[in-house]
Amino acid sequence: MDETQRDAPASAPDPVGRREFLSSALRLGGGVLVFLAGAPAIGEAGEGYDWTQHRWAYLIDTEKCIGCGSCVRACKAENDVPDGFFRTWVERYVVSPEASHVDSPKGGLEGFPPIQTPFAPTKSFFVPKMCNHCKETPCVQVCPVGASYRTQDGVVLVDGERCIGCGYCVQACPYGSRFLSPETHTAEKCTWCYHRITKGLRPACVEVCPTATRQFGDMRREDDPVRLAIARGRVSVLQPHLLTEPQCFYLALDKEVR
Amino acid sequence: MPEISGYAFPNDVHVHWSLMIVMYPYITGFVAGAFIVTALYHLFGKKEFEPVARLALATSFCFMAIATFPLNLHLGHPERAGYVMVTPHFSSAMAGFGLLYSAYFVILLLEVWFVYRREIIETARRSRGLKRAFYAALALGTYDTSPEALEIDHRAVKVLSAFGLPAACMLHGYVGFIFGGIKANPWWSTPLMPVIFLLSAAVSGIALLVLLHQVTARLWRRPVERETVQAMARWLWFFPILTVTLELLEIMLLAYENSDAWHIISQLLTTRLEFSFISVQMIVGSLVPFILLAIVVTMNRYLHDRVRNTLAVIASLLLLVQVFAMRWNVVIGGQLFSKSFRGLRSGYQPALFDREGVLVAIGLFILPFALLYVFDRVLPIEPAAAPPGPPPAEGVVEPARRTA
Repeated sequence: MDETQRDAPASAPDPVGRREFLSSALRLGGGVLVFLAGAPAIGEAGEGYDWTQHRWAYLIDTEKCIGCGSCVRACKAENDVPDGFFRTWVERYVVSPEASHVDSPKGGLEGFPPIQTPFAPTKSFFVPKMCNHCKETPCVQVCPVGASYRTQDGVVLVDGERCIGCGYCVQACPYGSRFLSPETHTAEKCTWCYHRITKGLRPACVEVCPTATRQFGDMRREDDPVRLAIARGRVSVLQPHLLTEPQCFYLALDKEVR
Repeated sequence: MPEISGYAFPNDVHVHWSLMIVMYPYITGFVAGAFIVTALYHLFGKKEFEPVARLALATSFCFMAIATFPLNLHLGHPERAGYVMVTPHFSSAMAGFGLLYSAYFVILLLEVWFVYRREIIETARRSRGLKRAFYAALALGTYDTSPEALEIDHRAVKVLSAFGLPAACMLHGYVGFIFGGIKANPWWSTPLMPVIFLLSAAVSGIALLVLLHQVTARLWRRPVERETVQAMARWLWFFPILTVTLELLEIMLLAYENSDAWHIISQLLTTRLEFSFISVQMIVGSLVPFILLAIVVTMNRYLHDRVRNTLAVIASLLLLVQVFAMRWNVVIGGQLFSKSFRGLRSGYQPALFDREGVLVAIGLFILPFALLYVFDRVLPIEPAAAPPGPPPAEGVVEPARRTA
């Protein structure tokens, strides 16, 4: 829209009208306020990192997860996640055709103790969960101050300096990926370890996963194995009916998983 | 830590929107509801509402003055609250708050000023010293009380009410929209939500004015106006019928469509919200006042004033509880089930002394009445100058101006 307007030939330069002047003045004033309030800094990004050259995506192969909880522990250590809150967690499904049982004791932080179910399970599996970094994400939409935003390389982040802690994004996330931190009093969530990936490293959870359940890749790289798996394989996303376009893809997702 | 039955996403066990977020729509409900009462007289010419029109305007103003308090008490960073006003992110429903709130507040301020202008000037003329300076400042430098100027006041009030009514409705309907627009939460996500909020605002506003009318009549030693009570009782009967119909419609639709969330919502209603929804909101808060007001409305002719007043007061008190329960059930109820749709957390009990606790909530509810008292001291709600039996010539102009 903007570009078409800009390209349109200007027939005659109009004198600045009152309306236009007011509009510009308001915009300028707003800009100054934004500046004074502290423009969103991408302070976490590594030096020389060009966010237009990447688009990150995440792939989870649920067949491979053994429920060790290393990823949850790594995330907690890497990101100082407060106790009782989770940027990532692992769910355990114990299922029979008649009944199902789901749990995630402490988010899988300490692994999973054995359980007895009142029914005879016919299958069981683990499903790691985290922020889906949705393309059409409701959390960014509902943030009243623009503290939640999506970077050009496809990561949904929260600017802790701007977040007012209203909790609207927490309510709007269908996946339960966000929380209000009792320490910073702002919304927090998985960042795909933005401070790591912009330095060429992988997210902590991917780094420690012993079975390669969790994989991280760049959709802008033609030969990236994650890109190939998503492009060629049959992948699912969580709650597709909500049309949030998650960028966290799953292999072998069961119907029990929401 | 709360108890979880079933499976909840591990971050879903916290009730982030606490008692303060219950209080906010409760308070703005009074703002909108009381304004609707003023408008019933002023815009729609319902003469029965004349005795409460000024009271309603003052009530709306006093609740509006503190409407942001619960929000600021809730915010993780209240010092950044101004960001919503200066750098709103307009894709968010919440970003409209600054605009709507300021617009309505300006309208309300102007309306109060125009309604009271003549009295402010007269008080300034009558007084001396500090008091005179104070009222002179309130008069904002104009001392014109000629009939033409008063006529302009009168017209200004009418225009302001015409803008004020949609502004008040939007301010409150928009609170409903904040909930209704969350597609992740099936207990909130319905286009009926703004309508339900608005109708229940009317309920709470009228109910509060029924009570305030009785109380102020006693305080000011004036008779309780029979026709006013009758009219308010009629409207107070009508609005909850609409509200409850829509509330039940929403639930019946979820059940009838057998929506994916119905499984968890039916559990929510019959376990966690059994008391606050079924007992308080539906039976004690809706059914009982419905019957009481049905008596007032249908058997009006046979009722002694005292009986009618008592029935209206009891029904109003119950309806105030009902509206609070409705806010509670929406705000808290929507956070008691996990978005996994597999688990419920144990009921939420607000702390007593917390920043968002019970005592603060009670204080917030009392504060507007304290403000109302101050308001009345500064700008008397009941016009003292009005003689008991005004001469007919004056009577034509006087009521409209007085109760605008």
